[in-house]
Amino acid sequence: MALVDFFKKIEPDKKKSPLLHTAYDAFFTFAFAPNTVTKGGVHIRDGMDLKRLMVTVVISMQLCYLFGTYNIGHQHFVAAGQYLGFLEGFHLKLAHGLIQLLPIFIVAHVVGLGIEFYFAAKKGHAVEEGFLVSGALIPLIMPPDIPLWILAVSVAFAVVIGKEAFGGTGMNIWNVALLARVFVFFAYPLTIAGDEVWVSGFEKAAPGAMAEYGWFHTGFFNSLFDWLGLDTFRAGTVVIDGYSGATPLALAYQGGWEKVTTVYSEGQMIWGSIPGSIGETNKIFIVLGALILIGTKVASWRIMVGMVVGLIGTTWLLNALGTTPFMTVTWTQHMMMGSFLFAMAFMATDPVTAASTNTGKWIYGILIGFIGILIRVMNPAYPEGWMLAILFLNTFAPTIDYFVIDSNIKKRLSRA
Amino acid sequence: MIKLKFTFCLVLLASMLSAQGQGSGSNMLLYSVIAVCAILVIWAMLGLASNLMKIEAGKHGLDPEKENYGVFPGLTDLFKAKRPSYAVGGTFHKFDKGFDINLEGKANGPIEESNVTRFAIKPTDFNGMSPIPKVTVEVGDEVKAGDVVFFDKKRPEINYVSPVSGEVVAVNRGEKRSIAEVVVLADKNIVYKKFETPDIDTVDRSALVSFLSESGVWPLINERPFDLVPALDVVPVNIFISTFDTAPLAPNSDLVIVGNESAFQKGIDVLTKLTSGSVHLGLDARGEHAPSNAFVNAENVKKHWFSGPHPAGNVGIQIHHTAPIKGNDKVWTLGVQDVITLGNLFLFGEFHAERIVALTGGELHTPKYVKTYQGASVADLLKGNKIEGENRVISGDVLSGTEIGAESFLSFKDDQLTVIKEGNDYELFGWLLPLSPRPSISGTIPSFGKDHEYEANTNTHGEKRAFVVTGQYESVLPMDIYPQHLMKAIITNDFEKMEGLGITELTEEDLALCEFVCTSKNPLQSILRQGLNAVQEQS
Repeated sequence: MALVDFFKKIEPDKKKSPLLHTAYDAFFTFAFAPNTVTKGGVHIRDGMDLKRLMVTVVISMQLCYLFGTYNIGHQHFVAAGQYLGFLEGFHLKLAHGLIQLLPIFIVAHVVGLGIEFYFAAKKGHAVEEGFLVSGALIPLIMPPDIPLWILAVSVAFAVVIGKEAFGGTGMNIWNVALLARVFVFFAYPLTIAGDEVWVSGFEKAAPGAMAEYGWFHTGFFNSLFDWLGLDTFRAGTVVIDGYSGATPLALAYQGGWEKVTTVYSEGQMIWGSIPGSIGETNKIFIVLGALILIGTKVASWRIMVGMVVGLIGTTWLLNALGTTPFMTVTWTQHMMMGSFLFAMAFMATDPVTAASTNTGKWIYGILIGFIGILIRVMNPAYPEGWMLAILFLNTFAPTIDYFVIDSNIKKRLSRA
Repeated sequence: MIKLKFTFCLVLLASMLSAQGQGSGSNMLLYSVIAVCAILVIWAMLGLASNLMKIEAGKHGLDPEKENYGVFPGLTDLFKAKRPSYAVGGTFHKFDKGFDINLEGKANGPIEESNVTRFAIKPTDFNGMSPIPKVTVEVGDEVKAGDVVFFDKKRPEINYVSPVSGEVVAVNRGEKRSIAEVVVLADKNIVYKKFETPDIDTVDRSALVSFLSESGVWPLINERPFDLVPALDVVPVNIFISTFDTAPLAPNSDLVIVGNESAFQKGIDVLTKLTSGSVHLGLDARGEHAPSNAFVNAENVKKHWFSGPHPAGNVGIQIHHTAPIKGNDKVWTLGVQDVITLGNLFLFGEFHAERIVALTGGELHTPKYVKTYQGASVADLLKGNKIEGENRVISGDVLSGTEIGAESFLSFKDDQLTVIKEGNDYELFGWLLPLSPRPSISGTIPSFGKDHEYEANTNTHGEKRAFVVTGQYESVLPMDIYPQHLMKAIITNDFEKMEGLGITELTEEDLALCEFVCTSKNPLQSILRQGLNAVQEQS
């Protein structure tokens, strides 16, 4: 293996430059599965390791990434009243999507991984893989027009306070990606409040607002498209009159499902060609990702089913009461709106922050479903409840486990 | 089944009735609540009556199993696992949790005579033995099979005896001058020391115990919790014998028992004199055919049938499901060959340490069974059979065996030798794109079907990490135990929780499969032993 020898030759000294060595080690173990052998205990080990586990989660959300990137561009042009068909102006939508998404992706990873590397070098252990998933999740749950400095601050907050302060991967209490989002939510409420849709590339999502095209739009892509003989980004693009800036949830709060369907069709909501956070709009692709996670046993099906049960049960209860328009919305309609499915597939199932016992997972999932719907329907201040519901249950997951474990201990003691 | 049909009739009737009532919808909630209440009341009444019928039938001795009377089939009846037809009598347990690791190098064929010349008994094979026991022989001494070789200074009444007759050729020392092994060069024809065996029908327990400890069979008994050679005054609550081994490449007990049927039964008879409870036999209900008649028709035992993947054959799992260890209870466990040695002592008045050993693993030219004695030399066993290259010799199986050098000796309790490849290679993107098939419970690693025999090596396939994945250990451990929480209790030295979470029900082999599947590559077995030692010191 000449390649290994080459890499071994350029290994920096661990004592002289710990940060460099940590970075080297992270990339080396990324490229090569290490040659360590078992010592004491079992002699053979399962082929699964944490890297593979984490990358499975990342792979399962790739469809959301693809769709999300394109949808950023699509929503931009829908707001501008151009290229209304989904596949019309394909190259422009993709270009705009990439211009928005790539900086978000890069900033999230540079900031997050930078902090991870720094702490790993400080503590003298290998870089753990937790941020692979957090870093992939964070762009998907951010609005496409988020200012990059806010993103950087929120990622730094989530990784330092939410994770490294507790001891790193496996030790954190709250879901790191959700912490980043909740930080934006409370620290910069005007940016992410969520009752108005997020459409990127405009001053704001209101009729008459001017499009903001940068050098990449007008300089790079326009000259490229010009040369290829394709349409280009047009200066002076504005948001069309009559463009509704309300999200499905805000509409549902005002007038139930009827009001939602006046603006968004069911098909649009299921296929995700609506404004929203980058990765959470396409329900089909999220469900596919969830199926990958369940099929490979990477995520707990108990939590997912528990959440669906909690959602259905609570919705039935609210339907039976039926005092406000939002309470009459059925559970299938609830699933189509907002980010329930995304939270179910990728957020609540984080094994570190979820309940760790099988019984506990059911309770945890059902309670998230219950509280999330309550927040969504009953609380006008927060239009979407899953982030808060999951963080709330993250806090209580150890308590749930405590009671499950305690009953096991009591059962054993009663035998004696 | 009449009960099933009756229930279905009720359900049908109920659905017909419900179809008639076409509610307006406005009061649906109220109606449905009333309906549920009514159904609950009726269900409670019928259930009570049905239970009374069962109790009455039991009183009259018509139906001791409480299976055939009563109106409804219980939930457990509906979903109860089917016994194989041969599994008659005793209890039946089927496990879904667990995992069979199918490796290449299964021992096959007839049992061959071996030409092993050197045998050793190692003090390190016994938990809690002082590092420097009193060795009663010197290099050059002639010993018979059954002659004392050493004893623990803390418990001089328990003899550790030579498995063969011959000349003591070495007393090897390990770290800090501890005794590592006492090596005997065996005679061509083994000479046995003669013992005066007591009549087990009339002998009292203390005389029997002192005979067993003097004749060298006492260390064959394993005491749980903690895996100790029991103290002489301990009366075990129960004694358990698992008659099958589900570990990877484990030897087949049905081959071992051939010709030793009467010795096995005799051994059981002796054991029944030692316990205040019963001798429990764990029987194999996995296969299409019944296990050996010596097991199925054994007398003076309570039989339990077990079906399911590894670790169904582990005695710890079987204890957990039949008569779990409570409080400060002690139970004993023995392997099939240990019972045979015990039986032979009473049949012939001699210490017969014959062992059928399975030589297994992908790094052997011909995996096979050989007939030898306890503590056989690995070099002699593997002569000409081992494939050249970097490989690891394991006394026992790949999950809970111990790594021993190629010049070492099989451990006291082990009847299996496994040789596998060392996996000290770098693998380009090995975590992302594994190029060679490897056993795994994960759905992300392609499975080659149940019959594929995997070539395994000792690579860790990843680096050690903090506990991240949950529910993984539970998925391969058919016990009502939370291993991950137990591990955390041990790491944090929380004694109350360790005991509450059932540390005394476990030994290393029970958690070995959990350690195998661990995504974070944590050393569960050594953590468990650390906890067991801590608990043992406290008690």
